[in-house]
Amino acid sequence: MARALQRIGADGETLVASYLEAQGIAIVARNWRIKEGEIDLVARDGGMLLFVEVKSRTSSRYGHPLEAITPIKALRLQRLALAWIATHDQWGADYRIDCAAVHFRSGLKPEVEYRAGVL
Amino acid sequence: MTLARTQSIALIGLHGELVDIEVDISDGLPGYSLLGLPDAALMESKERVRSALHNSGAQWPNKRVTVSLSPAWLHKSGSGFDLPIAVALLIAQGVVTKVNHDFQVIMGELSLDGSIKPIRGVLPALIAAQELGIESAIIPAENLAETRGLTRLKPIPFAHLSQVLQYLEEGVIPDVELKQPVLHVPEIKDLSEVVGQRSARFALEIAAIGGHHLLFLGPPGTGKTMLAERIPSVMPELSSQESLEVAAIHSIAGALVERQVDSRTPPFVAPHHTTTSIAMVGGGAHSIRPGACSLAHKGVLFIDEAPECNAGVLDALRQPLESGTVAISRVSGTITFPADFLLVLAANPCPCGRFNGRGLACTCSSVQIRRYMQKISGPLLDRIDIRSYVEVPSRVELSAIEPGESSADVRARVIQGREVAAERFKADSWKLNSRIPASQLRHKYRARREAMAFLHAELDHERLSARGYHKVLRTSWSIADRRGSTIPGLQDVQDAHRLREGSQIL
Repeated sequence: MARALQRIGADGETLVASYLEAQGIAIVARNWRIKEGEIDLVARDGGMLLFVEVKSRTSSRYGHPLEAITPIKALRLQRLALAWIATHDQWGADYRIDCAAVHFRSGLKPEVEYRAGVL
Repeated sequence: MTLARTQSIALIGLHGELVDIEVDISDGLPGYSLLGLPDAALMESKERVRSALHNSGAQWPNKRVTVSLSPAWLHKSGSGFDLPIAVALLIAQGVVTKVNHDFQVIMGELSLDGSIKPIRGVLPALIAAQELGIESAIIPAENLAETRGLTRLKPIPFAHLSQVLQYLEEGVIPDVELKQPVLHVPEIKDLSEVVGQRSARFALEIAAIGGHHLLFLGPPGTGKTMLAERIPSVMPELSSQESLEVAAIHSIAGALVERQVDSRTPPFVAPHHTTTSIAMVGGGAHSIRPGACSLAHKGVLFIDEAPECNAGVLDALRQPLESGTVAISRVSGTITFPADFLLVLAANPCPCGRFNGRGLACTCSSVQIRRYMQKISGPLLDRIDIRSYVEVPSRVELSAIEPGESSADVRARVIQGREVAAERFKADSWKLNSRIPASQLRHKYRARREAMAFLHAELDHERLSARGYHKVLRTSWSIADRRGSTIPGLQDVQDAHRLREGSQIL
C-alpha cells in the first residue's frame, strides 16, 4: 500500500515536470532532499527559480489536495526554498513558490492544476 | 467573476448600519480569511458556510478566499452574515450570474445542511434598511412574522440556501411553508377580577392618566401584584410607531416569543427582585442587549418586593427615569436604548409583612420597619408621585357578587384624561402631567387660588417639602383631568397630597 502511494506521488511529480517542460520551463532538480524536508521540483523559468510542491490524490474524499498544505507546511516550503538557494549559492535570484495538484481519476486522464506564486 | 459584493445590516443597539460583504477568490493555497472585526460567532461562519454550500449542491472554492466586511472599523457580531457571505461566494464563483442586488439586503444564519435559521434583531435591522432606501430583503422564513409592521421594504422569506440560489438565478420566489413561531404571550388580565380596593384602583387610574410612577404598599396576599399586572390593560393602546419601536427592542433581546410583533398592548415587564443591574438596564460583553427597563419601554416596569432588591439595582433606574433612555458603555462603544416606562414598585410594609392597621400582628421592631423602607433610596422614592396602601379586602368586598369595574371602562377615562392633557400641552414639549417642569408648575400650570393656599400652608407647617409640593401639583393635574375640571381645585390638590402620603382616599 505504502509503495503504491509513493508511486502515485512520483507519477504526479513526473506529470507536473512534463507540464512545465511543455511550457519551456527547465527542470533543475527533482526530489531535492535535506534533513528538514524535501522539495518536489526545482525549475528555472528564465531568470526566475520555481520551487514546486506537488500533491497527488486519487479521490477528493479528504478534501482538495492543496488543502493538505497547512500554514506550517507552507512555512517549511519557504525555508526549504531558501536552503536550496543557499546551498547552490544563488543569492539574489528571483524565486517563486508554486503548488500543483494532480487528480488521478480511474478511467480519466490525470488532471494537473497548477497555481503559481502561492506564498 | 472572482469578486462579488452583497449587503447586509449590522446592529449597534437599535441603530442599523449598512455593511458591504465583499468576497474575493484568488489563486493560491486554499484558505479563508475574514476581515472587518468579526466576533466569535462570525469567525465560525466559515465552517457553516462551507458545509451549507456542499449540502446545497454548490462547491466550496478550493482557492484563497478573502471575505471583507466594511466599514472595517465597525464591530460585527452574530451569525446573520452567514447567508450574505454564502451568496457572495456563489456570485464570485460564477454559480449565480444574473444578480441585481443593489437595493437588497441579505441576512440569515446557515445550518450545515443549508437550511436558513432565524436570527435576532431582524426587525430593527430592516427598519434601518428601509430608512436607507433598501427595497427588499432576503430573510429567514421564521423571522417573517416580525416584519409585519414594515411598509416600504419587502421582505422575502427563505427556508433553504438552494431556494435563494433559485431565486437569484431565476427570480422564483419560493413557496415557503411558514411556521408560525410559538408564542408565549401572557394573557391580558382584566381589572374586573380585582375585588374592592377602591383606593388602589383610583391610584392606578391616576398613575395611568398622568404617567406617574407608583408604589404599592401592603401586606402579602392583598393583591399588589394583581393590581400592577392590570395596569397595561387600562393604558391607551400604543401607536403603530410605538408598537414598532417596542417590537424592535424585543427583537434584539430575542424576546419576541413573549410578545406579538404588532401588539398594541403596552408591555408589562416584571423582573425578579434578585435581578442584577445589568439585566435591569441592559449590557453584555460583546453584543449589548437591552435590559428589563428597555423591554418595558412605553409600558410598565413592575418590581415586586422592591426593598429586597440588591443594592444599586433600583438606583440604576434613576438615569432612565430621568431621561427616558439608557446609555450603556462598553469597550466596543456606547449604545443608547429607549427606556420610557411607568415604574411600579410593590413592597411589604415591614420585613415580616404583617404590619397592617395598628400593626398588632407585626413582629418587627420599629427600627426594622424604618430600615426596611430605607432600602429604597431617597432619590428613587422621590421620583415616585403616588404611594398607595393596598389593604386586606373586607368581608363585604370579598362576598360581593358584582364584578369590579372593567379595564375597558377605566381605560376609556384614562384615554379621555390623556386627551385633555395633550390638548393643554399642545404648545409644550411634554405630553403627560408627570413631565411638567417645576418652573412651569409655579407659573403657567398653577392650581386654583384656594388650592395653592392649602399647599402653602402645608409648606409653612413643614408637612410638605418643596419637592413634594411640585409632585402634588403634578398629580393634582391628573386628578383634575380625571374629574373633568379645567384647573385643579382644592379637592384635587388635597387628594393628590393624600396620594403622595399614601393615606386613604374616597
